[in-house]
Amino acid sequence: MSENNPYQGRAERFISVLRHCQVLGITVKEASDKALTLELPYSEQHVGNPMSGVIHGGVITTLMDTACGTMVINALPEFELCPTLDLRVDYVRAAEPHKPIYALAEAYRVSRNVVFTRCTVHQGDTNEPVANCVATFMRIGSHMTPPDFQKIVVGDDTYPEQGEK
Amino acid sequence: MTDFTDILKTAHQTRDYDPVVGAIPYANLIGLEFQRFGNDVIFKLPNNEDNVGNPILPAVHGGVVGGFMELSAALHLLMMLDTPAMPKIVDFSLDYLRAARGGKDTFAECQVIRQGSRVANVIINAWQNKRDEAVATARAHFLLAP
Repeated sequence: MSENNPYQGRAERFISVLRHCQVLGITVKEASDKALTLELPYSEQHVGNPMSGVIHGGVITTLMDTACGTMVINALPEFELCPTLDLRVDYVRAAEPHKPIYALAEAYRVSRNVVFTRCTVHQGDTNEPVANCVATFMRIGSHMTPPDFQKIVVGDDTYPEQGEK
Repeated sequence: MTDFTDILKTAHQTRDYDPVVGAIPYANLIGLEFQRFGNDVIFKLPNNEDNVGNPILPAVHGGVVGGFMELSAALHLLMMLDTPAMPKIVDFSLDYLRAARGGKDTFAECQVIRQGSRVANVIINAWQNKRDEAVATARAHFLLAP
């Protein structure tokens, strides 16, 4: 799958080097230049409320920050690592224990300096979200990204429509 | 896991909240600690490779910084208001000011800005080197009653 979809490959390689995402078990479900879905399996280790078994908001924050940040990589014309400026979350309903959680992210505006993203966290039905999030990322330029990191994430992919100028 | 209510009740009586933190799996996962100084509480996220996001910088994953701040705020409310259950997060607004470097401890302190009977507004500051050089600031609303 990742061979004919460079977005999937880039997303998977990016997530695979983020240590804490490995600790949580976050994986890429779907990726394109328009949208991205990450999956987080349920784990007793993620619980924030021992009375209800509901996972902690912090786990969801990490999932959302990662989903939006990975979406930024796929939305930009060249590989560019962008730090998060801010993140705003509404926790609409408690996540159901023992079920995986998904984050569907999109970058709805890419400007010269800032990338605006939003993300919906759900458990199978996007109309019944667990959380909604908006996050902004600062563009610091592709030259600011360490080359070895760029190599890991970009892999053998070439970025479409860019390459030749 | 109903005995969390008892752990909480005992903690409110003894003012020892270590067992509460020990009973929260996510707190153990990221390694949250705290120390009380009279009525003040400082939360600590010790340096831990498992919390790193970007391995090249290296930096603590932004989500972990957020999760640490959110959990600190909930625990702060538990300690200050003797709530009978875990406060429930309603919304969370987080500003990242500088990278939280890997290889360093991160700290947080909370301030309850307004507290009605059902909702509390908490401001959270997180730093590494100096208290006035925050790595992130956040604002959160919590529901106090279950």
